Amino acid sequence: MSPMEQVPLWAAIPVSLLLIIGGLLCVTGALGLLRLSNFYQRIHGPALINTLGAGCFLIASMLFFTVSQSRPVIHELLITVAVLLTAPATTMMLARAAVSRDRRSHRPGVPPHPGQAEGEVHTGSRKE
Amino acid sequence: MKRWLPFPLISAFLLAMWLLLNETVAPGHWLLGALFAWAVPFFTRQMQPVRAQKVRRLVVMVQLFFVVLFDICRSCLAVSMVILGPAKRRQNSGFMTVPLDMQAPHGLAMLACILCCTPGTVWVELSADRRQLMLHILDLHDEEWWTHTIKQRYETPLRMIFE
Repeated sequence: MSPMEQVPLWAAIPVSLLLIIGGLLCVTGALGLLRLSNFYQRIHGPALINTLGAGCFLIASMLFFTVSQSRPVIHELLITVAVLLTAPATTMMLARAAVSRDRRSHRPGVPPHPGQAEGEVHTGSRKE
Repeated sequence: MKRWLPFPLISAFLLAMWLLLNETVAPGHWLLGALFAWAVPFFTRQMQPVRAQKVRRLVVMVQLFFVVLFDICRSCLAVSMVILGPAKRRQNSGFMTVPLDMQAPHGLAMLACILCCTPGTVWVELSADRRQLMLHILDLHDEEWWTHTIKQRYETPLRMIFE
C-alpha cells in the first residue's frame, strides 16, 4: 500500500501540490547556481530553497502526518524557525567574506564602505 | 523575579520548543521542560546578552509577519522569473545603499533576517554608525522603489516594535 492511500483525497491533493511546487522551487534555486554569472548573484539562489521551498515541504509534511495519524503533528514548525534563524547568518557571512576579498584585491565592481560613497554599483555584467 | 527568571520570553520559547520536540503535553514533560526553560537562561546569563529595551505592539508584529510572508512569496516568483527568464534580466544586479533611522540592535537583527530570507535581497554591510546599510539586489530595476519598500514595509513597523 502506498503511503498516499493512507490519507483521503481532499488531503492528498494539497499535499501533492505542495510537494510539486516545493520541488520546482528547489530545482529553480539550484538552476540559479548554474545560470547566474557571479558569486553575488548566485547567493540569491539558495534563498528560494530556504524559504518557500522548505516551507512547502514542511506544510505538506504537517498536513500529511496530521491527517494520516489523526492527531496534530506540528513539530515541523521548529525546523522552519531554525532554518529562518540560521540561514541569514551564513548568507551574510558569505556575502561579507566575498566583499572583503574583492576589496582587498582591488577588484572593480565593489562599492567602498557604506556611507563613504553614494550611488549604486552594478554587478550584472561580471562573469566568474 | 528578574534575578531568578532573567529572560521570560526565551524561557517561554524553550518550554514550547521542548513540548513540540517531544510532541506531548504530559505533566512530566511540562515539568522537565520548565526545568530546562528555567536553567538555560539562568546559567547562561553570565554571557550578558543584549536585552531588548522593549518589545511591544503585538498587532504590528502580526501585520509584519504577514507582510513578510507575502513579500517572500512575491520575491520567490520574481527571482524564479529572473533565473528562468532571458539572459538580459540577469544583468540588473548590483549593490545599493539604504539610509536607516533604526538604532535598536534587535530591530536591526530582525531586519537582517527579513532581508536575507527574502529571495533577491542580501544584507551585505552596515556602516559603523548604523546609519547606512549596503545591500546586494538581484534585480535592481529601481533603486527608489527598493529604498521605499525597505523603509516603509519593514523598518517602520520594526521601529514601532523595538523603539
